[in-house]
Amino acid sequence: AKSRTGFTARLNKFLANFRSVDEDFFEDLEEMLIEADVGFDTAMTISNQLREEVKLKNAKTKKQVGQVIVEKMVDIYGEAGEQEDNTLHFAEAGEPTVYLFVGVNGAGKTTTIGKLAAKYHDEGKSVLLAAGDTFRAGAIEQLAEWARRTKTDIVTSKAGADPASVIFEAAKKAHAENYDILLVDTAGRLQNNVNLMNELAKIKRVIVRELPNAPQEVLLVLDASTGQNALNQAKQFSKTTDVTGLILTKLDGSSKGGIVIAIRNELHLPVKLVGLGEKTADLQLFDPAKYVYGLFKDLIED
Amino acid sequence: MAFEGLTQRLQNAFNGLKRKGKVSESDVRDAMREIRLALLEADVNFDVVKEFVKTVRERAVGTEVLNSLTPAQQIVKIVHDELVKVMGDAAVPLNKSPHIPTVIMMVGLQGAGKTTTAGKLAKRLVDQEKARPLMIAADIYRPAAVDQLVTIGQQLDVPVFEMGTDHDPVEIVKQGLAQAAENKNDYVIIDTAGRLEIDEQLMQELSNIKALAQPNEILLVVDSMTGQVATQVAEGFNQQLDITGVVLTKLDGDTRGGAALSIRTVTGKPIKFVGQGEKLDALDVFYPDRMADRILGMGDMMTLIEKA
Ligand SMILES: Nc1nc2c(ncn2[C@@H]2O[C@H](COP(=O)(O)OP(=O)(O)OP(=O)(O)O)[C@@H](O)[C@H]2O)c(=O)[nH]1
Ligand SMILES: Nc1nc2c(ncn2[C@@H]2O[C@H](COP(=O)(O)OP(=O)(O)OP(=O)(O)O)[C@@H](O)[C@H]2O)c(=O)[nH]1
Ligand SMILES: [Mg+2]
Ligand SMILES: [Mg+2]
Repeated sequence: AKSRTGFTARLNKFLANFRSVDEDFFEDLEEMLIEADVGFDTAMTISNQLREEVKLKNAKTKKQVGQVIVEKMVDIYGEAGEQEDNTLHFAEAGEPTVYLFVGVNGAGKTTTIGKLAAKYHDEGKSVLLAAGDTFRAGAIEQLAEWARRTKTDIVTSKAGADPASVIFEAAKKAHAENYDILLVDTAGRLQNNVNLMNELAKIKRVIVRELPNAPQEVLLVLDASTGQNALNQAKQFSKTTDVTGLILTKLDGSSKGGIVIAIRNELHLPVKLVGLGEKTADLQLFDPAKYVYGLFKDLIED
Repeated sequence: MAFEGLTQRLQNAFNGLKRKGKVSESDVRDAMREIRLALLEADVNFDVVKEFVKTVRERAVGTEVLNSLTPAQQIVKIVHDELVKVMGDAAVPLNKSPHIPTVIMMVGLQGAGKTTTAGKLAKRLVDQEKARPLMIAADIYRPAAVDQLVTIGQQLDVPVFEMGTDHDPVEIVKQGLAQAAENKNDYVIIDTAGRLEIDEQLMQELSNIKALAQPNEILLVVDSMTGQVATQVAEGFNQQLDITGVVLTKLDGDTRGGAALSIRTVTGKPIKFVGQGEKLDALDVFYPDRMADRILGMGDMMTLIEKA
């Protein structure tokens, strides 16, 4: 079995045995990237670019190669992200800022809303939650519990009610009562479920009708342990709701969440937040350099 | 790049081959490469792919294929057969205790589908065996986890034992089992909190529940969209709990579900059920050959064989 740090530990091992930059080395590198879920094509592209770069820089020692790889990785990530904006956007003063949370079942939407509610509440903002998942058993109670814990307000309906109407009520209330932030929870749905995707489009329209500049963010929540299917998720949810950013959850688990590199290359969707646990404090802004650094950490610290 | 199933990949690889009619070493290598790519794109774990392709190659270079007039056809068949073989030949039923109650314990990562699947299993047992199950709410961590299971119980008219969130899960299970004994429930389904396989403290909690409840069935619930990490997760849970089976959820999505092969390979434990939707009737028994087709993107596999 591989340990949690298997990826970087093994990279270190190659480098320890490293004599010259031979093909085996790059094959192993490809393997490590694939095992981080970046996908086969992306792994090939990256390793080819790294191969060129190592040659170009004439890196000979283990340390040099390590440096080149990390620099290049950060470059690749930076390049793909040049026109991207990984900050969270807010409404103009006097209007509520609305974030709509979307994603497949169990990805971490509701929990992330709880974490953000805590953060904004602690910053002194007034926060309203909209319990837009009226379908899943216990979903309303779950968000209500987060509202209680974070001392924020919530708009709910009866289970089974039309989600668009609860969300409309919440938007109206946020507007009328001058809330700073409205966080809208939605039921988990698989991207190939046409009816549920249409429902999501309708939810978005309802928000826009009440608050024409909203939502300021449509955040697609992705579970870091997801494989290549995450690319389909990103495509389909973007098509339906114009996703503005990704939230990568469960990065405290064994997975590296490499799929966001593939999503970034193909769709230019920036990661805005990462989830590192189930508590309110386990939410961080996404730092691309730090993320790449995390993949290769042992290498440069060595 | 659009996803290509193995069907298309092999068709491309074998285009030249069909003309030549004889298989060379390098033809076999090309075919194996296509198989490797198709499996990786389906999220089968890298190490599992390597091993699997080795087996296929060994069989493929055997005389049976090389001397065949239709080598492409033969290789496709070998891949498919090997996949089915690895994933188990037939559906494996739930373990049953010789005396009541049969105890089933749900375990897995956060958000995999444990609570929903607990409800689906209860419904299935009621519908098929007129069983009288009791569900135990042993997740005290996730907000409203107890409400979720209680709501599902109400929907199904199946009793749920709960003690809120202020008691130790082991204690909750103990008292739940006592109630099941009193009420002569024939099945007990224990819902546990989601946890990471590397979380020692919470994994120990599961070991303690297992020691107390002596479950006949420990079902690892896995999201079928899981990527490369599936092997690590399955090994982690299996090593610490010696699971008895696997449930693969969210197969109503468009994932290839390569995790099925990964998990089966590293644990050797049968995949018993698949989740096909959020509703409580969306649970099916696992069919290895359907899964094999799905992983390979080979809904049209028979067509290829006829054409080849
Ligand atoms: N370890 C870990 N668990 C997380 C993280 N984020 C969420 N979870 C857990 O994942 C599970 C699912 O989270 P939810 O917030 O309910 O996910 P959801 O997307 O709202 O799910 P549905 O509404 O059912 O589609 C819960 O057990 C959460 O505690 C994270 O960053 N790390
Ligand atoms: N589409 C689909 N959704 C499913 C399936 N099984 C479960 N779900 C959904 O996945 C989400 C998570 O399911 P839960 O049963 O809460 O998962 P869990 O493993 O108990 O989660 P935690 O207790 O937080 O660890 C919910 O939105 C369920 O409705 C399935 O087979 N298909
Ligand atoms: Mg939710
Ligand atoms: Mg649960």
